[in-house]
Amino acid sequence: MEKTINLTLKVWRQNGPKEKGRFETFKVSNISTDSSFLEMMDILNEQLISENKEPVAFDHDCREGICGMCSLYINGRPHGPDDDVTTCQLHMRKFKDGETVTIEPWRAAAFPIIKDLIVDRSAFDKIIAAGGYVSVNTGGVPDANAIPIPKPDADDAMDAASCIGCGACVAACKNSSAMLFVSAKVSHLALLPQGRVEAARRAKAMVAKMDELGFGGCTNTGACEVECPKNISIANIARLNREYLVARLGE
Amino acid sequence: MSVINSRIPEGPLAQKWTNYKDHQKLVNPSNKRKLDVIIVGTGLAGASAAASLGEMGFNVKSFTIQDSPRRAHSIAAQGGINAAKNYPNDGDSVFRLFYDTIKGGDYRAREANVYRLAEVSNSIIDQCVAQGVPFAREYGGLLDNRSFGGAQVSRTFYAKGQTGQQLLLGAYQALMRQVNAGTVKLYTRTELVDIVIVNGKARGIIARDLVTGELKRHFGHAVVLATGGYGNTFFLSTNAMGSNGSAAIKAFHKGAMFANPCYAQIHPTCIPVHGEFQSKLTLMSESLRNDGRIWVPAKKEDAEAIRAGKLKPTQIAEENRDYYLERRYPAFGNLVPRDVASRAAKERCDAGFGVGATGLAVYLDFKSSIDRLGKNVIESRYGNLFQMYEKIVDENPYETPMMIYPAIHYTMGGIWVDYELQTNIPGLFAAGEANFSDHGANRLGASALMQGLADGYFVLPYTIQNYLADDIRTPRMTTNEPEFIETEKAVKTRFEKLMSIKGKRSVDSIHKELGLAMWDFVGMGRNKEGLQHAIQRIAEIKKEFWSNVRIPGDMKGMNIELEKASRLADFIEIGDLMARDALNREESCGGHFREEYQTEEGEALRQDDKFAYVSCWEFKGQDSEPALHKEELVYESVKMVQRNYK
Repeated sequence: MEKTINLTLKVWRQNGPKEKGRFETFKVSNISTDSSFLEMMDILNEQLISENKEPVAFDHDCREGICGMCSLYINGRPHGPDDDVTTCQLHMRKFKDGETVTIEPWRAAAFPIIKDLIVDRSAFDKIIAAGGYVSVNTGGVPDANAIPIPKPDADDAMDAASCIGCGACVAACKNSSAMLFVSAKVSHLALLPQGRVEAARRAKAMVAKMDELGFGGCTNTGACEVECPKNISIANIARLNREYLVARLGE
Repeated sequence: MSVINSRIPEGPLAQKWTNYKDHQKLVNPSNKRKLDVIIVGTGLAGASAAASLGEMGFNVKSFTIQDSPRRAHSIAAQGGINAAKNYPNDGDSVFRLFYDTIKGGDYRAREANVYRLAEVSNSIIDQCVAQGVPFAREYGGLLDNRSFGGAQVSRTFYAKGQTGQQLLLGAYQALMRQVNAGTVKLYTRTELVDIVIVNGKARGIIARDLVTGELKRHFGHAVVLATGGYGNTFFLSTNAMGSNGSAAIKAFHKGAMFANPCYAQIHPTCIPVHGEFQSKLTLMSESLRNDGRIWVPAKKEDAEAIRAGKLKPTQIAEENRDYYLERRYPAFGNLVPRDVASRAAKERCDAGFGVGATGLAVYLDFKSSIDRLGKNVIESRYGNLFQMYEKIVDENPYETPMMIYPAIHYTMGGIWVDYELQTNIPGLFAAGEANFSDHGANRLGASALMQGLADGYFVLPYTIQNYLADDIRTPRMTTNEPEFIETEKAVKTRFEKLMSIKGKRSVDSIHKELGLAMWDFVGMGRNKEGLQHAIQRIAEIKKEFWSNVRIPGDMKGMNIELEKASRLADFIEIGDLMARDALNREESCGGHFREEYQTEEGEALRQDDKFAYVSCWEFKGQDSEPALHKEELVYESVKMVQRNYK
C-alpha cells in the first residue's frame, strides 16, 4: 500500500564546465514510495518552478532502463542503492523517511560537467567511432544463415552487447577507467565470425582512443562490474587484454 | 485535380520496386560528395539512412537531441523484427508478410509501399547479421524465430528481449564508422526548430544547440525527417520522455501534409498508472499473453473490495473470475490483437470491474501456467520482465497476478509521403515512425523495427538519389540567403514569445491537462460529441499555455523547461489534428474506434465505401482550420474483408 516519505536532498549544482559547483539543499515531502527516483526529481523541479527558480538539470529519457541516458551518483553509488538497475528504475521504497540523499553527477575527467547533474559522455561515441563496428557497407552481404554461429558464442556476444553505454563503470572506478565499456564492445564483436576478421585492429584502435581521451588504467578492483546496471562481466576485460596482447604481438 | 500524388510506379505489384530501381536516376560518385543531406533523428530509420548515404559518398549531417545517437527510442523495442525469410519452412513468403501487414493495418495502408517493405525485409536481416547483431540462434548455429500476433507463421527474429537495442546499436556503429570516415558530421544535443524552404524546395534547417541555446543555420540539398512518433501528446505513454512531434509540426506549418493523425496504437499490457506524479508508462512485452490469463472479478462487490484493499486477487474463487477475453473471443482468447485487447480492458474497467487502487487495471495471471509448466519454465521465458515488474510495483508476479492497463504506444499516422518517401514539399523526406506510410490503421508487433530499417537502409538511399540527380548543379548555399535569415528570425521571435509569457504554470502541469483530455476523448473509445468537446478543450489549453506558462531561466545556455515548452506547443497542435481527424473518420478501423461504428458484439466496423482513403491535412494558418485532402486507397492484390478473431 502507498506510503509517503519526506527527504532532504543535497544536490550538486553547476552552471557550466568551467564554473564552480556547489551543493544545494532542498526538502521534498509526501513522496510516494511507489514513485521512481526520477519522478521524485520531477516533483523537486515542479517545486522549484513554482518558486520561480531554475529546475535541476539531469539526463534521462526512456525511463525503462535501456537508453543509458540517466546517470545520477546517489549516496555514493552510480544509479543509487539498488542492484542491477539504472537510476530511472530505482524506486523511492529504497529510502527511509527523513533520510538525507546526496545526488551528484558522474565524476570523471573524461566526462566534463555540462550543467548540474548532466555530463558530456561523447568520449564513448569517439571510442566507438575509432573501431567499435564491423566494416561492412549496406548491401552486398551474404545470407544471414550463411555462417552458422555456435549458440554459446552468440549468447556470450549478446551478453556483452547488452551494455547501455551509461558510464556507471567509469563513475564507479577509482581510476575512471573505461575498460568495462571498451571490453564489452570488443568482446561482443570478437566473439562473432563477422567481427573476428578485424578483431585485432579494433582492439588496438579502441584502446588507443580510450587512452587518448583521458580515461584511467584498469587495476582490477571489479567496482565496475558491481555497479553495472546490466551485469556486464569483467571476464570481458580479460578477453580484451588477450585480444590486445595478440594484436601487439602481431606487430 | 488533387494535390495528392503518391507516385506509385507502374506495373504489377511484385515488379514495382524492381522497375523503379531499374529506371530511377542515379548520382555519380564524384557528384555525391558535392551534395549535402541533412538527416534529423538517429533512431533506426535516421541512423541507418545516415550511415548508408555516408557510405555511398554523400556529405551527411546527422542531428540528434540526445547526447549520443545510441539513445534514440528505437532502443527500447523489446520483441523482435519480422522478415519473410521462411527459415522455419512454415510457408512464409514476401506475399504473406505483405498480406498480413495490410490486413493487420485494417486495410488502410498503401499496397505498393507495404509490398516493398515485405520485399526488402530479408535484406535487413542479412545486413544486421553482417554488422554483428547477436540474434538468438538454435544449437545448430542458425537463426531462431518466434511467433507474434497477427500471423500464422514464425517470422520474428529477436535478440533476447532487447531486439531494438541490438538493431539500433548496429545502425549506430555503422553511423559512427562514417563519422570516423568523415562522410557524416554528427550534431548531438541539437534540435531542429524549423525547416528552411527556398524556391519551394527544402534546403536546410534551423537547429538549436541545446547546450549553448544558440540557433544555427544548416544547408542541405535535401532534408530527411526521421524523428519518430507523437505518442507523447498524451503525456503518459510508453515513449521516452524526449520523444516529440515537433519536426512533423514544423513540416506541417511549411506546407507538408500530415496524414492519418488519429491512428494511434494503444498497447494492452502496460504497468498501470500509480499516481499523479507518474512520468511515463512501462510496457510489458506482448509475449506475456502467451502464458498469462487476463481477468477481472465477476462480481462488482469483489472489485470494490479489492480497490479498497480489503480483498486480495488470490482470495477470489475461480468461479467468481471473469476471463473476459476467453469469454468474448474463444478462438483467439488472450491472444487477440492489441487494439481488441485494449478496448476489452477499458470496457470492463468502465463498467466498474477494474482493480488496483484506481480501478483502472486488470489482472494478468500466470497461476495456471505455473501449475501446468512449473515456475522454472515461466522464469526462463519471462524472468527479466517479472523482475522489471517487481522493481516497479513491488509485488511478486509469481505469487500474485500482475496488474496491467492499456497505454499509448505507437503512432501509425505521421508526415504524408509518396512512394519515394518524399513529402509534398520537394526535397523534404520522412522515414520510420515519422511518416505514415506502411502500417495503415494498426501496426503489427515486430513491424516497427522492420519499417525503420527498410526505410533507412534500402529505400531512402535509392529514392533520394532520384531527387538529388537533378540537383548536381545546385551549389551549396552559404545560409546567408534571405530565406535562412528570415526563418531564423521567426524562430527567435517564437522563443522570445515563450520566454516573455512569464505565467504561473509549469510546462508539465499543462501537458498533463492536455494528456488527460486526449486520453478521455481521443483515446481508446471516441465519439462525435466527445471529439467536438476535445477540440474545444484543446483550444482552451492552447490559450492557457500561450498566456500562462512559466519558463524559468533565459534563452542562453541549457534550458530544459524551454525545450519542453517548445515541444508542448507543438503537441497541442497535434492533439487538435488528432481530434479533427478522428471526428472526420466516421468509421472504426484498427486503433481508431468510433463508438457509433461497431458491430452488435462491439467490434470495429469499417465503412469502406466512404473511408478507404488516407486523410491528408494541410495547414491553413494558426487561426484557420486545416484543410482535408484525400488519397484514395486502391486495392488490386487483396480483397478487403472484416477482421474476425472470434
